[in-house]
Amino acid sequence: MGAQQRVFKQKIRSTQSLRKIFKAMELIAASRIQKAVARTQAASPYSTALTRAVSAVAGESNVDHVLTTEPETITRAAVLVIGPDRGFAGAYAANLLREAEELIRLLRSEGKDIALFTVGGKAESYYTFRDRAIVKSWSGFSETPTADKAREIGESLLEAFTADTDDGGVDEIYIVFTKFVSSVKHDPEYRRLLPLAVVDADEAGSGSGGEAPKSGAPAFPLYEFEPSAEAVLDALLPRYIDSRILSALLSASASEQASRQAAMKTATDNADDLIKTYTRLANTARQAEITQELTEIVGGADALAASSAGD
Amino acid sequence: MAVLEVNVVAADHEVWVGEAKRVIARTLDGEIGILAGHEPVLGVVAEGETRILTTADETIRVKADGGFLSVENNRVIIAADQAELL
Repeated sequence: MGAQQRVFKQKIRSTQSLRKIFKAMELIAASRIQKAVARTQAASPYSTALTRAVSAVAGESNVDHVLTTEPETITRAAVLVIGPDRGFAGAYAANLLREAEELIRLLRSEGKDIALFTVGGKAESYYTFRDRAIVKSWSGFSETPTADKAREIGESLLEAFTADTDDGGVDEIYIVFTKFVSSVKHDPEYRRLLPLAVVDADEAGSGSGGEAPKSGAPAFPLYEFEPSAEAVLDALLPRYIDSRILSALLSASASEQASRQAAMKTATDNADDLIKTYTRLANTARQAEITQELTEIVGGADALAASSAGD
Repeated sequence: MAVLEVNVVAADHEVWVGEAKRVIARTLDGEIGILAGHEPVLGVVAEGETRILTTADETIRVKADGGFLSVENNRVIIAADQAELL
């Protein structure tokens, strides 16, 4: 076998083994999307209940709470970037980080300091590589976020929010994540988490579709608070924030898996193309070698015949 | 007789859904019993046990570790950080 042929055969073999890996990753990601979507759905009754309750309390009683009052001057804003732990997901991390950078630029132009919080190894390494200070980072659960982790993040953010600005506290909190729309559509976006913009009671009543109250009943009945409106709000708001963070984490994990599946599908297709090309090239090389051998044999025979005829 | 529509949810999953005659939950101030036709309530649930008497006269016991409870229009929602059937 010729040297050229051997080179092509080697390339085909290595591409084939890569293809197997891509294919496996594609299948794994595809099955994990389903799980991530199921988790998102499983968490939705809780967040619906919370949203409804928070809107009810806020809409009905004029309770002032530290989490809902807009500070007069905002000097520092926290940005929580929810990214992936691993790569191999196409432009997922790049798109998310671009969105985060855009938000940071916007906040800076308003004269605010930025305090960065990150979730996921990729987001963390992006900022540490650029020597940007990260206040706190979490990693290791971007694919399987849990309520406990969301609570942990929520507690840290609340702590920063309630601290004085001079002690490193922040006046508002933004969250950047990738919203999962469908397995082919997921958009990076940012939202302000705190201070809370609680939806108006009327709006929530008409906007919450399936949860709409029975016909004839007012959007929110007059609630009795147990033990008091302030205590209820105190208990509800941190949970509401945790639940918003959890839903962002879940949405991000579904998006991550979907991006990974798409990226691995493309990689598998490219590997197929490469294998095809190399097979063609190897065939051509083999044909060329055979042709050359034949020419050599025929040429040799001719030369022999000519020399024996000349004797 | 009117029945209560009960929904017990934890942060990451639904725990129990069904119809009930009576719900007894533990709030910060003590236990609260809810029958059909109860006035709307929003309360903070303390750590402890919630007992639900279903329409089939079974008692469902749920362990919850803090959260809240809302009652309106014979609909009871208990949302806890963590909850499990006992």
